[in-house]
Amino acid sequence: MTWTSIIVLAAGAYLFKLAGLEGLGRLPVATRWVRVIELLPAALLAGLIVTQTVGPHDVVVDARLAGVIAGALLTATRRAPFIAVVVVSALVTAVVRAVS
Amino acid sequence: MNYRRDGIVLGLATGVFGAAFGVLAATAQLSLAKAMAMSLFVFTGASQFAAVSVAAVGGSPVSALGGALLLAARNGIYGLALSDRLRRYRWPLRLVAAQLVIDETTAMAVAQHDPDDSRRAFWVTGVAVFLCWNVGTAAGVMVGTHLADPSALGLDAAFPAGFVALLAPHLRRAPGRAAAAAGGILALCGLPLLPSGAPILLAALGVLAGVGVMRRGSGSATTEMSMEPQSS
Repeated sequence: MTWTSIIVLAAGAYLFKLAGLEGLGRLPVATRWVRVIELLPAALLAGLIVTQTVGPHDVVVDARLAGVIAGALLTATRRAPFIAVVVVSALVTAVVRAVS
Repeated sequence: MNYRRDGIVLGLATGVFGAAFGVLAATAQLSLAKAMAMSLFVFTGASQFAAVSVAAVGGSPVSALGGALLLAARNGIYGLALSDRLRRYRWPLRLVAAQLVIDETTAMAVAQHDPDDSRRAFWVTGVAVFLCWNVGTAAGVMVGTHLADPSALGLDAAFPAGFVALLAPHLRRAPGRAAAAAGGILALCGLPLLPSGAPILLAALGVLAGVGVMRRGSGSATTEMSMEPQSS
C-alpha cells in the first residue's frame, strides 16, 4: 500500500459516509444505485475469498483451502465470532502445511 | 438502557478485529504508520482488509483501491439511514459524526426507538469502536512485525477466512447468495487470465446476478433488502 493509495481510500470512504449522512442517496439518480451497492459486499467478499484462497496469480490448491473450508464450516454451523474463524483457519492451514 | 453497555462490548469486540487487521497489515509489509493511518482515516474494516490483502499479493493500486472503495460504498447507505437521526448536528460535529458512520454504529443507532437514545447509542458505539479499533490495530502491528514466518502460522489463510466471516450475513437472502456465487465464479475465471488483484474488479459484476434475482422476486423483496447493517 502506497501513501497515495491510503489517502485516496480514506478520502473515498469518508465521502461515501458524508454523502449518505447529507441525504444525497435520496436524489432520484442515486436510488437505483442503492440496490447495487447493497449487493456489492456479497460479490466482492466472495471474489476476495476465491482469489486469496486459490490465487493470486493462477489457481493453486494448497493448505490455504483446507483452512478456509474449516473457517467456512465454523461460520456456517456455529455462527462463530470473526476472530475464532480467523484463528482456526490459520491453525488448520499451518497444520496441513506442516504435515504435507 | 442497554445501549451503553452494548456499544462498549461491541467496541471491545472490534478491538480484537482491529488487532487481526494489524497483524495482517504487518505481514503484508505495512509500516505501523501506514496501518494506523488506515485505521484512523479509512476506518471501515472490510475495505481496509480488502485493500491490504490485494496489495499484499502484488495487485495494482487500481485493483486494491477499486475493491476497497466499492466495499466502502455501503457506508453511504448507512449514512442515509442515519441522516434523519443525526440531522440536528451542525458543522463541525457533523463532519466528525460522518467518520463514525459504519456497520456497528448504524446497527446500534437504528435499534433504539427513542431518537435521543439513538443518538447516544451512535456516539457511545462510535467512540468505543474507534478507540478499540485503533488500539487493536497498533497492538496487532507490533505483534505482526515480530512474526518470523507468517505462512508457517497459516496467516495467509487468515485473510480469506476473515472474508468468509464477513460474507456470512450477506448470504441470508437470495439476491445476496446469487451475487456471492456469481462474484466467486467470476473471480475464479479471472484468476488465470487477469493480472493479480484484477479478478476482484471482475467479481464486482456478480451484483448483476443479485439484481437479476431481486427483479424476479416480488416487489416487496426489494424493500425488505434495504438497511440491514452487517458486522463490519
